[in-house]
Amino acid sequence: MKLSQVQQLLDAKILTGQEYIDESVDEACGCDLMSDVLRYAKENGVLLTGLVNIQVLNTADMANMHSIVFVRNKQPTSQILDMADDIGMLVMQTSLPMFQACGILYQNGLRGAKPKEDPNGL
Amino acid sequence: MGYNMTFDVESGDFATAGQASRKIKKKLQDLGISSKIIRRIAIAGYEGEMNLAIHSDGGQILLDAEPGVITLRLEDTGPGIGNVDLAMTEGWSTASDSVREMGFGAGMGLPNMRNNADGFEITSRPGVGTKIKMTFDL
Repeated sequence: MKLSQVQQLLDAKILTGQEYIDESVDEACGCDLMSDVLRYAKENGVLLTGLVNIQVLNTADMANMHSIVFVRNKQPTSQILDMADDIGMLVMQTSLPMFQACGILYQNGLRGAKPKEDPNGL
Repeated sequence: MGYNMTFDVESGDFATAGQASRKIKKKLQDLGISSKIIRRIAIAGYEGEMNLAIHSDGGQILLDAEPGVITLRLEDTGPGIGNVDLAMTEGWSTASDSVREMGFGAGMGLPNMRNNADGFEITSRPGVGTKIKMTFDL
């Protein structure tokens, strides 16, 4: 799936990183627990979260995820958006709650990480 | 190759925590290391950096890049871990509610560091400090 499809399916607003909208997304991770994102998420994924702080961005960056969707219209600060711009990450915002956002993406073919897979992704 | 860097991590400074890991990731990219290995180093280093900010009285991250192996050392000046085996157990944590609200403190940090590293050693003395050495084979 392309990030542009994620945006359309979630009727999301792009907050920064419009230039990455045509990139492919391999999987999604819907999570407010950053420790779990670091444990299970894979590269080139999109992170859906209702948590808004600078560590969400750090977590996605360290896990080589290339995009974040803030659900329930959570609004990141300008500091977070500036940092996303520096890193080169697409950040979107949707009014949908987490469960619905994840459900819509799953229904359209996007899958998540398998909990028991090798965390090293090798 | 042969390269080393040291980063200070302040206790409780969650606004800047993560910056050292980002610099390490960038440096490793500049050194031309494969993205899969960088990802493991970045995740392990970031978990360690957050642990230093959350639990320690302050500490350092030391990066050592040599041909064939990357080494990350995390060293703090206290308070130390009373029971290292317990601390290595997934789900065990002493983090505060405010740390949990930030998305951390789930008791996954140390196990996740060990899982991502090829070599993992931890020594800790209550009242003295904790030292972790992680190696990543190239």
